[in-house]
Amino acid sequence: MKIAVKIITSIGLLLIIFPSIGVFYEVLSQEENKNFMLIGTILWFGPKILFKEKKEDK
Amino acid sequence: MLLEKLTTHLEEVKEYEREPVPASRWRGFKSFLGMYAGEHTAGTEFVIGPLFVAHGVGAMDLILGLLLGNFLAVLSWAFICSPIAVRERVTLYYMLEKICGKHLTNAYNLVNALMFCFLAGSMIAVSATAIGIPFDIPSAKLTDWLPSGLSWILIVIIVGAVTTFVATLGYDKVEKFSTIAAPWMIFVFLAAAIAVLPELGVTSWGDFLQVAQDKIWTGTPLPGQSKFTFWHILFFAWFCNMAMHIGMADMSILRYAKKWTAGFASAGGMYVGHYIAWVASGILYALFLQQNNQNLEFAPGQVAYSAAGITGAICVIVAGWTTANPTIYRAGLALQAIMPQAKTWKITLIVGSITTLAACFPALVMQLLDFVALYGLILMPMGAIIFIDYWLFPRIGLNSNLAEMKKLNFNVAALITWTGSLFSCYLLAKTTGLEIFFLGLPGWFLTALLYILSSYFYQKRFSK
Repeated sequence: MKIAVKIITSIGLLLIIFPSIGVFYEVLSQEENKNFMLIGTILWFGPKILFKEKKEDK
Repeated sequence: MLLEKLTTHLEEVKEYEREPVPASRWRGFKSFLGMYAGEHTAGTEFVIGPLFVAHGVGAMDLILGLLLGNFLAVLSWAFICSPIAVRERVTLYYMLEKICGKHLTNAYNLVNALMFCFLAGSMIAVSATAIGIPFDIPSAKLTDWLPSGLSWILIVIIVGAVTTFVATLGYDKVEKFSTIAAPWMIFVFLAAAIAVLPELGVTSWGDFLQVAQDKIWTGTPLPGQSKFTFWHILFFAWFCNMAMHIGMADMSILRYAKKWTAGFASAGGMYVGHYIAWVASGILYALFLQQNNQNLEFAPGQVAYSAAGITGAICVIVAGWTTANPTIYRAGLALQAIMPQAKTWKITLIVGSITTLAACFPALVMQLLDFVALYGLILMPMGAIIFIDYWLFPRIGLNSNLAEMKKLNFNVAALITWTGSLFSCYLLAKTTGLEIFFLGLPGWFLTALLYILSSYFYQKRFSK
C-alpha cells in the first residue's frame, strides 16, 4: 500500500511540473497545463490524506 | 474527541518548557532541512515576490541580493542562534526568564502575540483574495489602506472565522496537512512560473535574463511605490526572519538538534522558499501586470489563478491558511504564558478575532515588507541581550542570568536596553532617513552596547 501511495503521489508531482515544461517548449497549451496541474494536485493530496486517515484509524 | 486531542497536544507543547531537551529527543540535520523548507514556503511568499516587482528592483539586484542576503540569514541561524540553542537546550522564553525576569518576558510575549496576530491577519487576507474570485470581489490596490467594500469584509470575516475555529480545535491536523502541502506548493510555484515564461517573451533559457530585465524586474517602481535596490533585497532577505535567528526565537526549535550545525539546515527554507518561491511569484505578478495594463490592483489569489487556474487559487488558499492557522495558535500560546489560568481555546478565539479584524485592512498585505522588517526589529533586541549575556558577560566579569541568580521579576538593564535600542533605531531612522530594512544591523550593535553599559551600572547595585 505504501509503495502504491508513493507511486501515485510522485505521479501527481510530476503532472504538476512536467506539463509546464511542455508549455515552455510550446508542446502543450496553457489550458492543458492547468488541467494537468489540477489532476496532479488531486493525485498528490488524495492518497496522502486518505492513507493517513486510515493509518490513524488503525 | 477533538478536545481530547487538543489537550494531548497542549501537554506535548509543554514538554521540556523549563528543562533541557533530553538526548533521546534530539534530531538530525535532515529533519531540520525539511522543516525549514516547509516553514519558509508559505502564504507570505505570494506577497513578497510581487512586492519586489512593484518596488522596481532590477533583475541582477534581485538575483544577487537574494543569494547573498539568504546566505547571511543562514549564517545567522548557524553561528548566532544554533550554538546557544544546543548548549542550553531550553526555549527562548525560559532563557529570557532567566536573564530578564518573568514580567519582562511577559511583555515580550504580549508584543510577540500581537505581531503574530498581524502576520496571521495578512495571511487570512491573502486566502480571501483567492476565495473571493468566484464572487468577483473588487481587489484592493497597492496603495490602499482601508477595505475595498462590504463584500471584502464579509469574505475576510468568513475566512477568519473558519481559520480561528480550526485553530481552536485542530492544530495537529493543520500541522500534518502543512507538511503534506509544502512540497506540492513548491512544485506549483515553480510550474506556474515556468509555464508563463513564453507569455512574457522567454522562448529559450538563454532569453531569461534579458526578459527578466526588460519585463519582470525592470528597475522601475510602480506608481506610489519606493525604489528598491540590491541593498534593500540583501537586507530584507537577511532580516525578514530576524526575530527567528538573531532574535533567537528558533532556539525553541534548534534545541532539539544533535549538533549546532543544524543551523545550516535553514538553507533549505532560504533557498527554496525565499529564493525560488519569491522569484516564481514575482514572475507571475509581472505577467499579471502585463495582462492588466500595469493595473495597481493586487490580489495574490487572482495572480495565481490567472497563471495556474484552479490549482493556483487552491495553492494561495492553502498557503495562506496553513500559515495563518499555526500563527494564530502560537499567538494564543504566547498570551497563555501571561495568563496561564485562562483556557487555551478562549484565548485562541480572542486572538482569532483580533487577527480577523486586522485582516480587513489591505494595508497589512500591501505593507507586508515593512511589517515583516518591523516585526524582526522589535523582537531582535532580546536576541542580542541573550547573545551578549551568554558569551560576553562571563568574560568581562558581569553576571549572566541575573534574574534567576537574584530572583528578580524584572531586569531593569534589559528593559532599558530593549526600549532604548528601539528608540535609538527610531531616532536613527528619523535623523538619517535610513529605511526600516537597514536598521537591524546598527540596531544589534546599539543593543549590545546599551546592554553592557546598563548592566555594568545595574549590577553594581547587587555587589554593594
